[in-house]
Formats: sequence, C-alpha cells, structure tokens
Amino acid sequence: MFAFIIRRALQAIGVLLAVGIISFAMFRFAGDPVNQIVSLDTPAAEREQVRRSLGLDDPVPVQFLRYLTSAAQGNFGVSYQFRQPVSDLLAERMPATLELAFCATVFATGFGVLMGVYSGLKRDSFLAKVFQTVSLIGISLPTFLIGILLIYLFSVTLGWLPSYGRGDTVRLGWWTTGLLTLSGLKALIMPSITLGLFQMTLIMRIVRAEMLEVLRTDYIKFARARGLTTRAIHFGHALKNTLVPVITIVGLQFGSVIAFAIITETVFQWPGMGLLFVQAVQNVDIPIMAAYLMLVALIFVAINLAVDILYTIVDPRLRTTIRQPA
Amino acid sequence: MPQPVLSVRDLRVEFVTRRGILKAIDGISFDIAKGEVLGVVGESGAGKSVTGSAVIGLIDPPGRIAGGEILLSGKRIDNLPPEEMRRVRGKRIGMIFQDPLTSLNPLYRVSEQLIETIRTHTNLSASAARKRAIDLLAEVGIPAPERRIDSYPHEFSGGMRQRVVIALALCAEPELIIADEPTTALDVSVQAQIIALLKRLGREHGTAIMLVTHDMGVIAETADRVAVMYAGRIAEIGPVREVVQNPLHPYAKGLMGAIPSLETDAERLVQIPGSMPRLSAIPPGCAFNPRCPFVFDRCRVERPEPIQHSEHRVACHLYDQSSVRSEAVA
Amino acid sequence: MADAIQAAPAPHSQPTTWAGRFFDSDVWASFKRSKLTMAAAFLTLLFVAAALLAGLVAPQDPFDPAQLDLLNSRLPPLWDAEGQAPFLLGTDEQGRDILSAILYGLRISLAVGFLGVAFSATLGIGLGLVAGYMGGTTDAVIMRIADVQLTFPAILIALLVDGVVKSVLGGQLDGVTTLSVLVFSIGLSFWVQYARTVRGSVMVEKNKDYIAAARLIGLPAPVIMLRHVLPNVLGPVLVIATINLALAIITEATLSFLGTGMPETMPSLGTLIRIGNNYLFSGEWWIIAFPGVALALLVLAINLLGDWLRDALNPKLR
Repeated sequence: MFAFIIRRALQAIGVLLAVGIISFAMFRFAGDPVNQIVSLDTPAAEREQVRRSLGLDDPVPVQFLRYLTSAAQGNFGVSYQFRQPVSDLLAERMPATLELAFCATVFATGFGVLMGVYSGLKRDSFLAKVFQTVSLIGISLPTFLIGILLIYLFSVTLGWLPSYGRGDTVRLGWWTTGLLTLSGLKALIMPSITLGLFQMTLIMRIVRAEMLEVLRTDYIKFARARGLTTRAIHFGHALKNTLVPVITIVGLQFGSVIAFAIITETVFQWPGMGLLFVQAVQNVDIPIMAAYLMLVALIFVAINLAVDILYTIVDPRLRTTIRQPA
Repeated sequence: MPQPVLSVRDLRVEFVTRRGILKAIDGISFDIAKGEVLGVVGESGAGKSVTGSAVIGLIDPPGRIAGGEILLSGKRIDNLPPEEMRRVRGKRIGMIFQDPLTSLNPLYRVSEQLIETIRTHTNLSASAARKRAIDLLAEVGIPAPERRIDSYPHEFSGGMRQRVVIALALCAEPELIIADEPTTALDVSVQAQIIALLKRLGREHGTAIMLVTHDMGVIAETADRVAVMYAGRIAEIGPVREVVQNPLHPYAKGLMGAIPSLETDAERLVQIPGSMPRLSAIPPGCAFNPRCPFVFDRCRVERPEPIQHSEHRVACHLYDQSSVRSEAVA
Repeated sequence: MADAIQAAPAPHSQPTTWAGRFFDSDVWASFKRSKLTMAAAFLTLLFVAAALLAGLVAPQDPFDPAQLDLLNSRLPPLWDAEGQAPFLLGTDEQGRDILSAILYGLRISLAVGFLGVAFSATLGIGLGLVAGYMGGTTDAVIMRIADVQLTFPAILIALLVDGVVKSVLGGQLDGVTTLSVLVFSIGLSFWVQYARTVRGSVMVEKNKDYIAAARLIGLPAPVIMLRHVLPNVLGPVLVIATINLALAIITEATLSFLGTGMPETMPSLGTLIRIGNNYLFSGEWWIIAFPGVALALLVLAINLLGDWLRDALNPKLR
C-alpha cells in the first residue's frame, strides 16, 4: 500500500517538476520579469538596474531554483495588467472556479451514470437511442456554442436565468460561495450544464460500455443462476462493478473540467481563474499564465493521487494485493 | 420407477444468427433420478453446457428453447414466466460454473454473497442466514468458516473458491445441481477433492447432479450414468461402467480411446479423425458420418434415432435391426 | 509509398488499379450501406467546396473594408420584412454580408484545421518513429512528454502556446501570422496520439527479420522501416486525423471565440460567433445563429465521418 502510494507520489512530483520547467521558461524567457516592476517606457539603464536587483543575471539553474522556491511559497510574481501579486488574484478567483467545476462534475456524474446504466440495461430501447444521439451532438457541439444556446433560450427568450456572473455570494472566511443564495444557485445552473455536458456524455458512454461488459461476466451469470432478483443483479452486483472505472474517470476528468472552465467562464463572464487566464492570454500577461499552468498541474496531480488512493478503498483486490506483498 | 428429479424430453435449442438458425441442441431426452449423478461428456461445442443453461433457464437471446419439455420433479419448468423461473433457480436447481475465479463477484465479501442468496430463497433473518452460511462453508470443507466468511473471494485459493461456489449453489438445498466443468479450471490435486465433495453432498442430501465435463476420468469416477453428446444430440446414454467399458456408438468408442486396430490387433489409443462439424455445417443423416469408420449409405441420408440396446440407448444405425448387417461390418 | 504498394503481392486477383481496389473494398461497401455517413460526406464536401469557391460564390469580399458599407449594417435576413438584397442571411454591425463572411470564415476554419492536423500528424509520426526506433532515453523522454501533455486538455495547451508565441513575437499580428500561430499551437496540442500509434507499430516492426537484413546489407534501416510502418499505421492515423480535424476546427473556433485567435478583420467562424455574441441581447440573432449553425454542422459531419471510418477500418485505437 505504502510503496504504491509513494511510487505514485514520486511520479506526481516528476510531472510537477516538468511543468515547473515549462512554467519557469515562460516566466523567464517568454515574458520579461522586469516588466512586472517597471512600465514599458522606463529608460534602459533603469531597467538594467532592476534586472540586476531581481537576480536575472544569475545562472539559469539558480534562477529556476529561486522560481520554484518562491512558487512553493505561493509567490508567482506580479501581474502585468493588474499590478497585483498573481497569487492574490488566483486566490480571489479560485472559489468561483472550484464551485463551478464541482457542480458541473456532480451534474455530469449524476446524469451520465443514470443515462449510461439505462442504455446499458435497455440497449435497444428508444430512449437509449435518444441518449446515444444526444451524446454525439454533445461531443460535436463546441462548448461555447452550447453556452450561447442556453443563454439565448433561458436568459434572452425566457428570462428565467441570469446570463452572466455568480449572482450574490456569501463570504466564509477567505472563501466566497454562491451555493447559499438563490441568485447564486440560479447563476450556477447554466454554466454547470455547459461545462458538464461533455463529461456527461463521456461518463454515459463509459458506464454503458462497462455495464454491457459486466453483464457478460461469469459472476453475473452465476448470480442469475443463484436466482437473485434482477434488481439485485443489476443495481447491486453489476452497478458496483461498473462504478469502479467511473470513479477513475470522474476523478481524472475533474482536472479537465477545471481547465475547460476557461471557455465556460468566458461565455458566462464567470469571475473565476479561467476568465483571468483568458484575459492574461489576450493581454500577454505571462506571470498569470505561468502561475495558472502550475496551479492546474498541481490540481491535476493531487486529484490523480487521490483517485489512486480511493481506488484501493473501493476495490478490495487492490487493497490486499498491496497490503500483502507477494 | 420413481419419478425422476429432472426429465428432459426432446429438447431443442436454437441460436438465431444473421446467417440463419443454428441448432445447438437438436432433440435430446434424458432423466436424472434422485441422488443420481449423470455425466454429460462431449467435445466443446457439442451442446453440453447449452443443455445445462437450458435446464436452469439461462439461455439468452439470440438463443431460445425451440421445442421439447423440461420437467423438474414432474412439473414443467421450461415455460414458466421469468419471475417464477427465477425462484426455481438457486432454490430448486443450483448451478456450479467452470471457473471459480470469475464466478464470484470480486467486490463483495463471501458472507455478503452467501447471505444474499440464502435470504433471496428463504425467510431467514440476517443473523440466521449468517449462521446457515457458516454451516454451509463448514459443510463444503472450508476450515475456520466463522473467520473466513468475511473474506473477499480473491483471498481464497482456487480450490477453496470452488468450495465457496458449491456452498452458494447449495444455499437453498436444491433438488438438482448442474455442475458445468466444475474441475476444469482447478489444479489436478484439487480436482479429486472437489469431485469427492460433490459425490458426498449428492449422497448425503439425495441431490441429483448433472455433471457436465469433457474429462472422461472425472465421469468414470463420479457418475452413475453417462450421456455422450455429439453435435447437439445424445449419441449414447447408459450406465457409466457399461458405456466406458463397452461403448456402442462409434463416436463413444473413439472417445473411450479403445477402438481395436484391425491391422495390429493391439489395443492402443486411436484418435477420431477430423473434428466435430460447426453448428452451421452439420451434415445430413448422422452428424458423425464423415468421421465414422463404420459409415454406410443409410448414415448419410437418415438421421438415427435413439434405440434401446441392452442397458444403453444409442443413436446409431449399426444397432438397428432393420439395417443390413453385412453392410455395417464392411 | 508507390513502390511499397507495387512491391506488395496482390492478396487476391481483383482490380489492380488503386481506384479499382478502393471501390472493391469493405470500406467502400460499408460507406454505401450507411445513409448517414453518405450525408455527412456530402455535407463535408459541400463545406470544402464552398470554402474553396468562396471568392466566386460570395456576393462580397468581407476582408476588404472598401466593400463594406455601414449603411447596410445589421440588416436582418432576406426573408424578414426589413431584409435587403443581396444580403441573404443579413449583415453584421459593419455592414458585412453574413453569408459571405461565413464562406470566407469557413475557408479559414478549414485551412487552420487541415494545416493543424497536417502539422500535428507530421510531428507525431516523426516523433513516434524516432521514439520507437531509437528506444532508450530518447524514447523515454518523448513518451514522458507525451504523458504529461496528455494530462492537460488540448485547449489549455493551445492557449498557452498561443500566448507564449504572441509574447515572443510581440505587438499586433496581422491575419496570416495569426493563422500560422494558430496552426502551430493546434499542431503542438494534438501530436501525442499519432506518436503513440506509430511508436507502437515501430516497436513491432523493429524486431522483424527484414530490418536486421536491411542493416546487414547496409541499407538505411529507418527508411526501410518507414516504408513498412507507414502502411500499417495508415488506417489508425487516418482515423485519428479525421477525428482531430473536427477537434482542431473546434479548437480554432474556441480560440477565436475567446479572442486569442483570428482578428475581426479576418474572421473565422469562431470570430464571427464572438462578434455575434455581442448582439445576442439586442435581437440581432442572425449575426450569431448562422455562423454557429455552420460550425456545428461542419464539426458534426466530420465527426460522423470519423466514427464511420473508425468502425470501417477498425484499427486498434488505444
């Protein structure tokens, strides 16, 4: 168990280090850190002085180490656009993105599993075919078009839901949440659907395929031969086995959801990290881009690690093979 | 003659495929009496396992029972509605599959699977069911069952797992157990133990057992009677000692590996030339005719029906009195 | 390539010409069976033709500011009471004919898509060959990069590359440069799948006798291998490329929609949707609706083709 987790943790650190190099290269070479301190029309001599004071003439490995150390302490430099520490900007926007990603994942998992189980059990039914068609469209339509379509329908035409922003938020310590107010919840609906739709179709397809696979296994045949009820077989035995890979997918996709939030946040002007990132790309605000990359990578590996641990809890085979070394 | 536990009458099973209808079982009949072990042998694809699945009502589309009757203790079960048939499965007919590794759901404890099965078929309380589950495990020879019952399937060895599978099949004291290749996936040393266990359980509980296998050794050791299947039909059925020592059907002779060679007179193992036809290409007449050393004209046009010959029932024109004897010997 | 095909012995004596063999194949048969696939193919061809012939068909050159008249701005489609000829699908706020803008935008979307796919395929096949053939550290480094990259969605990578390249080039970029940057960033986001497929195939071929024989007589083994590997991976690569074409077009549209892609002076479908999005609330729905529908249909058609191709060729993907 321990060895397994440690091996995974080492891999995670490897990934983080690789991303760190890219992030540093962007920070140092694509952007000019001097621009964080001075404005563009500062004379060359003064820029040179700032350059030296920032240690930019040190050897590159030294600079890299310094970058990593400060990044580990949450210091990612200063945004060109906002003249504020990048870490403050990101911290301020993080709750919005995480809440959106969480709601989108709940939506995607709930509906995806339901639709997948249904179309796995009733493969040839009309509704299953409808689900298949919807999933093809869900994969073909670009996210932003889905968002715009929803806005046109529910904001412009029907006027039921707000088309942008988070609504009213409540402050809990440093965290702001939209989950506690009616307008906050209403504002979450369309962005969550837009963001979750792709994941929903993905989960649905996987659950359906897994369900079909599991229903063909010997233990399901044996369960039927023991005269268990169809309900017990489908929703006890088959579903539990189906959900094992789904946990992985949902977990791994959570990272993608956060990254895809870039598009959704832009469509709905959602004040999250994604919107901040897009503005940074538009305005070539390198420190924010570099920090965002590092942050997303961190979230990714953290989730991967969590999924690995969760996996060992759900699947007893894995748990004991790890506990009792062969 | 007392009423047999299982009685199969002219059973036919078909699989509907894009290329046409395949006859997996084409008119077979046999009985199994209380406490009797019927061995069913044949090559893979001969229809042994399909017969087992048909009896327990687990033929899935595109397969279907196309005709005939299956009677359990005198009552027809092949036409029961699905929900009633489900109550027969596990309660009155138990089934054991080939591979104990894959027969058990890996995510549930053995206790959960046993108690679930017991409570599906009885009114026992959870604690009574658990007690019964422990008794069952003890009966199938699992040491320290109170402690082992809460293990997961993968924590048992192959042989122990097959014992768990047998315990699961025994949950509701069924009248009939269908054992589909119960020893094939096991180590040779364990096979004998499982066979001995099955025999003992059959004897003690008076359970009828239908033992499907391709292993003549297992049959010879375990079965009271044996049915030899070929291409979806029963070629020969009779008491195990008779069929093993004195097979009548040319295919059974080949299967017993005891066809005397004409040239050398010495007894040696002779393989049957060729292989069993695919279901889509069963020849007219007797399905065995292209491989039969005693084939004559009638075999190629007319399908032999089972005829009683001393203690055997055999489907072969050689034993039909109306056949011309001289033709047969040539 | 041509040599390899001629050198291979014909498996069965059937039509010998390239086209003849194609029409005789299972792929063609399965194509003829599926009405949906035929419709998708027709739609795709229609889009490509429209993009190629945009200069001839379109009533207006939307990239030429001289042809735009602000007096014609925000006209509804022709079937509306206020519609005006020749603006079949209406105009946007600069008096740009929507139909012409779509035709020219299609051209850019498809160009970025095809070029992006070509770039990523070349890059992926090349890196896959190198990784598989060299093995060892080179292989490990390339495949590690692939693994790390695969954990991030393509859109994030494309955005990052786009941002970095822009910051390196600096200043405002003209249309053609932007287009090149887009192709570059999309190409860099999609190479991994090709590389994995090709590498796998190379690993299989590498140990076969003919490679050893080729080395023995001093022939350049990589060239020989390329000839043997390429026919093997052609099917999978074609499937990946088709599916990636749809993805590349979506990515381009997304980047343009986010405002980091094609500029408004040289709009792609994504840029048109971005422009139209501003008029969603003021009732000028046609500015966004028609480019949106065009993009959705294009991507759907290509995806359908990709699905069919995957089933028809049935290569071992993943």
